[in-house]
Amino acid sequence: MNAREVLSLTGQHLLLVAASTLAAAAIGLPLGIAAAHRPKFARWVLGFAGVVQTIPSLALFGFLIPLPFIGGIGSRTALVALVLYALLPIVRNTATGIAGVDPAVREAALGLGLTPRQMLWMVELPLARGVIFAGVRVATVVNVGVATIAAAIGAGGLGMYIFRGVSMVDNRLILAGAIPAALLALLLDFSLGRVEHAMNRRGSHRGAVATIAVVLVLCVAAGIAAWPKSSQRALVVGGKNFTEQLILGEILAQQIESRTGLPVDRRLNLAGSLIAHDALVAGEIDMYVEYVGTALQGVLKLPGISDPNAAAERVRLEYASRFHVEALPSLGFENTFAILVRGSDARRLHLRTISDAAPVSSTWHAGFGYEFMERQDGYPGLSRVYGLHFADAPKVLDLTLTYRALAGGQVDLIAGNSTDGLIPALDLVQLEDDRRYFPPYQAVTLVRSAALEAHPEIRAALEALSGTITAAAMQKMNAAVDLDHREPRDVAAEFIKTINRR
Amino acid sequence: MIEFKHVRCVLPNGAILLRDLSLTVEAGETLALLGRSGSGKTTTLKLINRLRRQESGEILVDGKSVTAWDTIRLRRSLGYVIQEAGLFPHFTVARNVGLVPTLEGWSTERIDARTREMMTMVGLDPAEFAARYPDELSGGQRQRAGVARALAADPPVLLMDEPFGALDPVTRAEIQREFAAWRDRLKKTVVFVTHDVREALLLGTRIAILGDGELVAHGSPEDIRNSTDPRVREFLQT
Repeated sequence: MNAREVLSLTGQHLLLVAASTLAAAAIGLPLGIAAAHRPKFARWVLGFAGVVQTIPSLALFGFLIPLPFIGGIGSRTALVALVLYALLPIVRNTATGIAGVDPAVREAALGLGLTPRQMLWMVELPLARGVIFAGVRVATVVNVGVATIAAAIGAGGLGMYIFRGVSMVDNRLILAGAIPAALLALLLDFSLGRVEHAMNRRGSHRGAVATIAVVLVLCVAAGIAAWPKSSQRALVVGGKNFTEQLILGEILAQQIESRTGLPVDRRLNLAGSLIAHDALVAGEIDMYVEYVGTALQGVLKLPGISDPNAAAERVRLEYASRFHVEALPSLGFENTFAILVRGSDARRLHLRTISDAAPVSSTWHAGFGYEFMERQDGYPGLSRVYGLHFADAPKVLDLTLTYRALAGGQVDLIAGNSTDGLIPALDLVQLEDDRRYFPPYQAVTLVRSAALEAHPEIRAALEALSGTITAAAMQKMNAAVDLDHREPRDVAAEFIKTINRR
Repeated sequence: MIEFKHVRCVLPNGAILLRDLSLTVEAGETLALLGRSGSGKTTTLKLINRLRRQESGEILVDGKSVTAWDTIRLRRSLGYVIQEAGLFPHFTVARNVGLVPTLEGWSTERIDARTREMMTMVGLDPAEFAARYPDELSGGQRQRAGVARALAADPPVLLMDEPFGALDPVTRAEIQREFAAWRDRLKKTVVFVTHDVREALLLGTRIAILGDGELVAHGSPEDIRNSTDPRVREFLQT
């Protein structure tokens, strides 16, 4: 994060907001005008726009991704969603503004022989313009906020910082996104408010019109200037929105850049496996790192396979035949549920496996995250398979807090993520899943076959990464970002250096 | 000039506005449509410029049925003044007065000249009032501007819907007097709606009293004053 990057993301953000609001005005004004004169149509169109507004933005992006032409990931889909959000205030204000014209004025205008077109341009629009512009202003300010969500589908903007900050539990990053976004909203609200005020005054509006024109031109110019120069059809590396994925995405990207010199675009911070998967299948991204268990059960919807090699093989075959996507050999580590105890306990009681813990667990207290308590492959099965019984019912708390609770002695056993940087940092020990209760979750790189064919040289670069990342190495890298607040980019660069030195 | 032949007008909800009206307005005449609210007098006026449509019967303007006229042409040949004037609040007085000439595509100089002439005639000094907006005028001044606007493109007919209804009695009497002078000078045919019998008797060359969608009485002010019809007497006594 640096000033230049903040500026560039602010520019992207501004361009998203300006372009979507302009498009929404271009669509919404005619709709509002039509609605003002046709009550039935008005009910229909306002109802639709109202329903769209009630859809949470992340869900709306989710709906749009699989659609042809307007869907996919990237700024185009984000624009479509932002336009949909901006429509309601613009259509509604246009319709109510026009309907609010004094009936006496309307009657006089009709009686004097204005044509419908003259009525619209000479009477309705000029008298409604303040209300209409207020709708545009509301839409603009709302979209500054909604546009932060656009980062979830790889459209860039200030949301990048917010999402990355949330996933890395880094308030500094969250603020780096939130403060410029808030300032942008305030600035736009203020300047558009001035224009609205000018519009509500009568007489010549050349000043107001000129102001709008200048603001628009500035927005678009600033956005274009700040838009990252995209190279011609670069390879695109994707990643999900948590620390480990940010690091892995950077590792893939930098490995390709350093080994092949090909330009690489990064679409990290995608909101979840399904968005990443859809993006990969649609060719919006060329590769990302997935976990075998997630691919098998979450994406392919197949039953779990406990043998790690069989599971990886099944994933490889299914992805090749269904999606023309190649699953490369594992990077070398699993990110699975990790049953954790304090290092001191493990050494004192000689605990190595979960089975070792069963006899001593009856005096222990356990703490689990919400998800682990609920999932089929979570606590209920674990307790059954290993005969784990605790002194009382497990405490349910936020996953990140369980680590601290364990280290602080409030609980004696938790289920964390096996690659979490907190494990070494807090001197926790992962007990081996000796009965293979948890499905295998090796990390594998998924690459579109088309990308491998177009750039055969990337295969060697990516395969060189196979088996190079141990769970301990991943834990360390996660810790470097989560605990030491280092940039994923720098952490990845260091890793690439170490493997290329070998 | 204007002729109603068995005109019937009904609202979509079935309420009858006019039952069977037949009435003629000669060129140069001023017809006062007199009646209480709901009598059908405003409906009668609006049927002439097609702000309302009849269910049956025929209305002729200049010998041609209003349904055969191009509606916009018809309206531009009929000046229209309503209560509170209905001036465009976002237009200056000058732009309001020059509205119809502008729509008709007159040259700027001609519009300016005509606007100044009309404003002067209705007693609004252009130097003082041209650049003002309607909300900067008094009620009487707004009404004067409304009349000037209706007359600007020199239509042969003027339709007025309770034009002086919202004014205080002194202003009202003043404008009524002046209006009669403008009308006589410009030789316009006028149809105006009023519920004020004094106004009807003062300005009308003929008076039609409407009640309940029907023509109750019809005649010169003299005829009306001398009528023995109890419904007319009732009106005269208010």
